[in-house]
Amino acid sequence: MKKYTYTEKKDTRSGFGAGMAELGKSHPNVMALCADLVASLKLDAFIKENPDRFVQCGIAEANMIGVAAGLAIAGYVPYATTFANFGSGRVYDQIRQSVAYSGANVKIAVSHAGLTLGEDGATHQILEDLAMMRSMPEMTVINPCDYNQTKAATIALADHVGPAYLRFGRPVMPVFTDPNQEFVIGKAWMVNEGKDVTIVATGHLVWEAIQAGELLEQEGIDAEIINIHTIKPLDEEAILKSVEKTRCVVTAEEHQLNGGLGDAVCQLLSRKRPTPVEMVGVDNSFGESGTPAQLMEKYGLNAAAIVEKVKQVISRK
Amino acid sequence: MKLEELKSTATQVRRDIVRMVHGCQSGHPGGSLGCTDLVTALYFHEMKIDESKGADGYLNFSREAKGEDLFFLSNGHISPLFYSVLARRGYFDIKEMSTFRKINSRLQGHPATHEHLPGIRVASGSLGQGLSVANGAAYAKKLRKEDNVVYVLMGDGEQQEGQIWEAVQFAPHYKLDNLVAIVDWNKQQIDGSTDKVMNNRDLKAKYEAFGWLTVDLLDGNDMQQVLDALAAAKAMLGKGQPVVILMKTEMGAGVDFMMHTHKWHGTAPNDEQLATALAQLPETLGDY
Ligand SMILES: Cc1ncc(C[n+]2csc(CCOP(=O)(O)OP(=O)(O)O)c2C)c(N)n1
Repeated sequence: MKKYTYTEKKDTRSGFGAGMAELGKSHPNVMALCADLVASLKLDAFIKENPDRFVQCGIAEANMIGVAAGLAIAGYVPYATTFANFGSGRVYDQIRQSVAYSGANVKIAVSHAGLTLGEDGATHQILEDLAMMRSMPEMTVINPCDYNQTKAATIALADHVGPAYLRFGRPVMPVFTDPNQEFVIGKAWMVNEGKDVTIVATGHLVWEAIQAGELLEQEGIDAEIINIHTIKPLDEEAILKSVEKTRCVVTAEEHQLNGGLGDAVCQLLSRKRPTPVEMVGVDNSFGESGTPAQLMEKYGLNAAAIVEKVKQVISRK
Repeated sequence: MKLEELKSTATQVRRDIVRMVHGCQSGHPGGSLGCTDLVTALYFHEMKIDESKGADGYLNFSREAKGEDLFFLSNGHISPLFYSVLARRGYFDIKEMSTFRKINSRLQGHPATHEHLPGIRVASGSLGQGLSVANGAAYAKKLRKEDNVVYVLMGDGEQQEGQIWEAVQFAPHYKLDNLVAIVDWNKQQIDGSTDKVMNNRDLKAKYEAFGWLTVDLLDGNDMQQVLDALAAAKAMLGKGQPVVILMKTEMGAGVDFMMHTHKWHGTAPNDEQLATALAQLPETLGDY
């Protein structure tokens, strides 16, 4: 197993904030919009340097998406920001008509996705957003795994023309990816090469997959770990190539099993190369209040859960 | 309940709020403290609810609320206030407040029906939805010819949501004159003052233009004024129009260092701050 270590823990949303601060300097067309959650989205640095390129929209997300579409039509590159729950389900039709169908170059950048939002509870813990956004034509969907990757994705999106949904989170997590990484939209990252099983992970579950890989190694199981940061378009080639070797897959995501990364992988494999798959994710349930670690444990979204699914899927080969 | 008793109940509720938020180091004390007098007055004085009790000694709770007045909390983040009032009123054990926002609790971060906490009829937390639900409940009361009042509390920042204005349009159209909406006009929200973030301008004129009757509550942290406003609203019902109480409050009311700022919208006090706050809020009904 390739060794991954970290010296600090940071939240992915701070990676977004840092990416925005850089874009403020490098990209005069980039704008930020927010709906009364500036501190949560870590936009302070961008706003301080570029006050005239920030639009406070108040608690009115539907309007914010429309305003972003209008700015995009005028040639700006707006990043519309709020919590993931309010930037997806709440404004689905506004995104669908004014952004995606209209080909408006709007980036929807959302924090506090998934269970790791913690104590606020299920009303805020969106676990269906990847499904919604994946199913929308023309939409690019990205769910980075740590601070550095989120920062890189934020910056990469500015030069990508087309609507995109960038999803990140609230808790501090190990920072383990390269600070100078090149972020290529739609291109998977090979975390570890192995031969017995392919673990395909996204977002906060990538670190858990690495932990799982180490545990599996102790038991003589050699796991290949692939990070899919771009849920859509899916890097089909990377997955198919890996499966050719390992012949079984475990997917892992902080999302419902219905409609997320796991479903995307299953669709690919059942069409192109039928392969046993097990999935780690939330199984048709809402979340609840609790600390992020308690919730990830209770809903089976950690290294232990991945290890268990790996053993199951290997037995099905 | 008498004025003095209501006031001392509100003091205990404020204590509960601060202790709950401190206990899990998360949650929203500011708006909760500001709306304490209103929600206390509603449950302990104004609203007609089923007073019968079950074998466990707690109030019977029916989600349908036939023959009862109803309350909806649209600004669900002020859940600690709601939970304290429901527990103190007798819907469940006050000890349960210690589980607020913790795993496996019925006292979720934002009010939820999912865990079956007595007293909650609809989930809230995603802002802007409560007035619509109250519209439906008031409509149902009319269909069934029940002579009850439906109350709903909203935030002033929340008034920025478009759905609010869809709902504001609906209520007068269907002559929901059994509906009392209350706006917590504390002029604060997360990113600063509402004037700065997204100006609400003249809420009174807006509601009037949509066909509502309005009541000005100049100090929503003065229990007598709260009672008077609720009585005034009730007197206006049955005249073919819904009523809104525009309630000026102070975010953080009752804890000096939490007042006159938006900073305590969603911040938990540390141990020292808790002690300072509790020193200002004497225990009146016994802590949970
Ligand atoms: C739809 C939606 N958008 C954003 C949020 C995040 N949020 C929670 S409370 C709040 C501010 C609410 O302001 P206000 O209604 O004035 O309540 P107060 O701050 O006075 O308690 C925001 C933006 C939310 N809960 N729901």
